[in-house]
Amino acid sequence: MTAQTAAQPTAAAQPLLSVNNIEVIYNHVILVLKGVSLQLPKGGIVALLGANGAGKTTTLKAISNLLRAERGDITKGHIDYHGERVDQLNPSALVKKGLIQVMEGRHCFAHLTVEENLMTGAFTRADGGKAIAQDLEKVYTYFPRLKVRRKSVAGYTSGGEQQMTAIGRALMSKPDTILLDEPSMGLAPQLVEEIFEIVHKLNKETGVSFLVAEQNTNMALRYADYGYILENGRIVMDGEASALRENADVKEFYLGLGAGGRRSFRDVKHYRRRKRWLA
Amino acid sequence: MAFFFEVLIGGLMAGVMYSLVALGFVLIFKASGVFNFAQGAMVLFAGLFFVGFMELGMPMVVSLLLTIAVMVLLAGVIERLVLRHLVNQEGIILFMATIGVSFFLDGFGQTIWGSNVRQLDIGIPTDPIFLLDGDILIQSFDLWAALVAGTLLAILVVFQKTRIGRALRAVADDHQAAQSVGIPLNVIWIIVWAIAGLVALVAGVMWGSKLGVQPAIVSLALKALPVLILGGFTSIPGAILGGLIIGAGEKLAEVYIGPLFGGGIENWFAYVLALGFLLIRPQGLFGEKIIERV
Repeated sequence: MTAQTAAQPTAAAQPLLSVNNIEVIYNHVILVLKGVSLQLPKGGIVALLGANGAGKTTTLKAISNLLRAERGDITKGHIDYHGERVDQLNPSALVKKGLIQVMEGRHCFAHLTVEENLMTGAFTRADGGKAIAQDLEKVYTYFPRLKVRRKSVAGYTSGGEQQMTAIGRALMSKPDTILLDEPSMGLAPQLVEEIFEIVHKLNKETGVSFLVAEQNTNMALRYADYGYILENGRIVMDGEASALRENADVKEFYLGLGAGGRRSFRDVKHYRRRKRWLA
Repeated sequence: MAFFFEVLIGGLMAGVMYSLVALGFVLIFKASGVFNFAQGAMVLFAGLFFVGFMELGMPMVVSLLLTIAVMVLLAGVIERLVLRHLVNQEGIILFMATIGVSFFLDGFGQTIWGSNVRQLDIGIPTDPIFLLDGDILIQSFDLWAALVAGTLLAILVVFQKTRIGRALRAVADDHQAAQSVGIPLNVIWIIVWAIAGLVALVAGVMWGSKLGVQPAIVSLALKALPVLILGGFTSIPGAILGGLIIGAGEKLAEVYIGPLFGGGIENWFAYVLALGFLLIRPQGLFGEKIIERV
């Protein structure tokens, strides 16, 4: 008993990343996040789920502080990373501390080659060309397809290759946390699975923690350890991924599974009225 | 035929200078989306400081280094006082801000150093060189200027492949993504404005020692505008080739078409050429292809 409480609090008291009740306002008027709290344990994969416009991207951008560039501001709450407050740091300083975001829609540098894209990820590093070259090879072992396309201009590569480039580029900064925004966007289901497999592998082998914002609830809950569900700028539910997968509401609203398994909407006469979780 | 080549070579050498100034525009435009109207004023500003330091009795190398320091400092000040506050604003607002910067530099430079034409002699030989048994005559000064400008151009092109150069191109492609991988935009802006200042310095010194350092240099630097329209605002090869085409084109036009108009077309021919180009190919010769996946 005592051994357990001694071990547990250190892990629980100091997660790698903790977001504490933040409120985000865009342009001084648009309230987007109304008090979001979440925690990412070291070495974990945490899924941030929710529909379009729920605030997933805003939450990630608040953490990586890319918000400023869109005239967004954290007006309440604070964000701790490795136990220190980071919500006033600029993105470059955060990358140096090991926290990097892979943006939604991939955002590769279209006119740079795949390899040049990867190398831009190493911009903040000061540990010398040799270490960077080693990491480049390491990225190529995780994404062998990128090695084949290394000389191609990124703008002309496929969506899957661009997503891999974007993740590989983030890896080049030697992160310990990657905020991954909507990696499944616009990709074929098979590719989505491939990407999540790689994320899983990276997490297990290199210990990088992932906070993944996803609309593809099914896929995300298969690979994550823990999940948060955002609606209208609030966390409405959270729990172990396995528990969320079994939750009736999550099943119905996010996984498309009714009481009797997957059904066609044509056969459904009456829809269950969607519960408004928090007014 | 020899005469044609003489004019052509003279034009091309003048064109290298246009290319260099145009490249100053392109770098800033790509990295920050700002069309820097102040580039012309920066040429004069740099020239004034250089000639000013020389007249204070400093050796050339010292004046050069001091002027470089001034231009880098200027880049920092512009970033701190202007760009940082206007980030995320419309392009037109930033453009107007650079017009303001342009007038400020123009006036401030002349407040410090006075507005009279100042001779600048940096020891470049001015005697003519004869090629092909004296058939073709070229000015050795123009040759030197072209060589210096060409060297700087080459350095800038090679620079694109370095770590910082890669970061510059990354910022040009996608601001937000560049920020997300930890490239600090402010630092990149200072770097491009400092490079533009360096380009302005070379142009200011070269044109200054040919024509004297005087306010008319500003309008000469704005010859880069037709170059940009021809070459495309986002293309480095376009800026280089555009400069050569404008340089050669205006000299040839002066000699061969000029007499039809009674001469003096060199000053406006480039703009007419650019206007024609706008009608036919508005993105310029090498306007960067917009990569769009369908």
